[in-house]
Amino acid sequence: METKYSKKHLLSLYEVMYRMRRFEEEVFEFYKKGMMPGLAHLYLGQEAVATGVCAALNEDDYIGSTHRGHGHLVARGADLGRMMAEILGKETGYSKGKGGSMHIMAMDKGILGANGIVGGEIPIATGAAYSVKYRGTEQVAVSFFGDSATNEGTFHESINMAAAWNLPIIYVIENNLYGISVDIRDVTNTANLADRALGYGIPGVVVDGMDVLAVQKAAEEAVERARSGNGPTLIECKTYRWQGHHVGDPAVYRERKDSNEKASWMERCPVTCFRDKLLSIKITEKEVAKIEESVEAAVRAAVQFAEESPYPDPAEAYTDLFSDM
Amino acid sequence: MREILYRDAICEALDEEMERDERVLLLGEDVAFIGGNFKTSVGLFEKYGDLRVKDTPISEAGFVGMGTGMALTGLRPVIELMFSDFMLVAADQIINNAAKITYMSGGQVTVPMVIRTPIGAGRSSAAQHSQSMQAFAAHFPGMKVVVPSTAQEAKGLLKTAIRDDNPVLFFEHKMEYSNKYMIDDVVEPIPFGKANIVRQGTDVTVVATSSQVMKSVKAAEILEKDGISAEVIDLRTIVPMDRETIIQSVKKTGRLLVVDEAYERCGIGAEIGADVMDDVFYYLEAPIARIGTPNVSLPFSPALEFPLIPTVEKTVDKVKKMMK
Repeated sequence: METKYSKKHLLSLYEVMYRMRRFEEEVFEFYKKGMMPGLAHLYLGQEAVATGVCAALNEDDYIGSTHRGHGHLVARGADLGRMMAEILGKETGYSKGKGGSMHIMAMDKGILGANGIVGGEIPIATGAAYSVKYRGTEQVAVSFFGDSATNEGTFHESINMAAAWNLPIIYVIENNLYGISVDIRDVTNTANLADRALGYGIPGVVVDGMDVLAVQKAAEEAVERARSGNGPTLIECKTYRWQGHHVGDPAVYRERKDSNEKASWMERCPVTCFRDKLLSIKITEKEVAKIEESVEAAVRAAVQFAEESPYPDPAEAYTDLFSDM
Repeated sequence: MREILYRDAICEALDEEMERDERVLLLGEDVAFIGGNFKTSVGLFEKYGDLRVKDTPISEAGFVGMGTGMALTGLRPVIELMFSDFMLVAADQIINNAAKITYMSGGQVTVPMVIRTPIGAGRSSAAQHSQSMQAFAAHFPGMKVVVPSTAQEAKGLLKTAIRDDNPVLFFEHKMEYSNKYMIDDVVEPIPFGKANIVRQGTDVTVVATSSQVMKSVKAAEILEKDGISAEVIDLRTIVPMDRETIIQSVKKTGRLLVVDEAYERCGIGAEIGADVMDDVFYYLEAPIARIGTPNVSLPFSPALEFPLIPTVEKTVDKVKKMMK
């Protein structure tokens, strides 16, 4: 594998992806044990997307996230303990248990909010980009969303305005092929969703969403374009989710056309394939294992923190509606 | 004091707030070059420029959502929706997003955004351009809801709205835009949640919103000739609601009529009536009454439309029945 990136950077990419992987596996465990209220939409399988895109960003850039948002938060360095506590509905969670898995917000990490409405955060991230232009800072905004959000009106409305006004934003489609059970190819007559960029007069880029370095490269080009005042880019990352739409969805619909579909995507696992790549370029097993151990310790600590945290007092439900009442 | 058109009072509030705070910007359909469909932002585009007074495409969900993104990142956007009926086009961004983000974030962030939008029937604008959406807005948690009456009130309350750190829905009555009012030379912000007793009375309390405040004052003048003393309260804000002022008034008068132009069903009258009942029940001399728009879509023909709109006469008649 040839790459322009330093060994340190490559290891940090692996560290972030492995952290996402292990975090989500623990979320799944909580669900299976019946300890998690409600549901969660796991990021398992899509790790290269958030990791590659966020590797191209600065700390003060903005992120619009989705119902499948845990990966975006981990990529931005959000606190795993506060994330897990939120997912369990504990008072120590990012939103004191009011948001849950779908609405983890970490404003200190530039996360404008994860959004439970498909396409709901696209205009919000676009407004953040307008704000950047208005304030004249060097920031950019990234709006992550799934393939199905490209059929929401907010997708069209937002990209149209960002293109018309040259806003510093990168739109990232995480195309995992399915909107709950519906195959995007059955409801959309576009081979590549990135082709829709043509309709807005902006560049559209298709990238292998299982390859973190390919994602980072595409994101860097788009970020450079945005920061230099040349407007938005639409990036489509072709990826796949290991689990169903949410925990507990057996995802039988994926066997309908191709019984081998899931297995063939899993062979291209973004985490394990990248690990193999690292070992092929003079990075030792010991170096990788050291990272994995530190991630294990961090995830264990997060799990323990969340388990031991108390639930919020019922009176907490009546606070935070307004800033002043 | 000086004379001013209602729409110019709105424009002055916008101008003065933009002047004092560079984080304030205005977005909406036709707000820039032509100064707004109802001429409420004339001259602001020339004064503040294209980035700060922005004509948007016809993408209500898109530009309301953008307002939320601006508000989360240090700006204080004022969004104009050309008709309050268009709130429904942007309903997800208003109700599921702007109004809920502070709560969903556990108080990490605030959304200082004002959505200004006209309400009211009377222009033969038919079913999709004549509705009064304040009761609908007040149903959902997380938004402050303002229903100003006169030009002075509109200017003072709009200044407060722009300085508020939360989403504020600001409903201007479209039949007022061309009306002339006297206004103070300097209008200070008017606090939310403090109703205004615009006319003292002893026999009946009339709680009114928006244009119905002026109509209720006229009704009170007519009733006075028949020896009925009506107290008129300008509610000013539905959220937050000044229950105390209403309750104290009803304890004095023994009668309560609520007049609001939104649909009567599940409306402001029903809400206030039920809300204050525990506190006023034993003081009542007559059942609590309400006047709103009947639950039919607003028709085009003036022959059909005008009979549906709450009027001075309807208020006079209702109060007379309550006095029997």
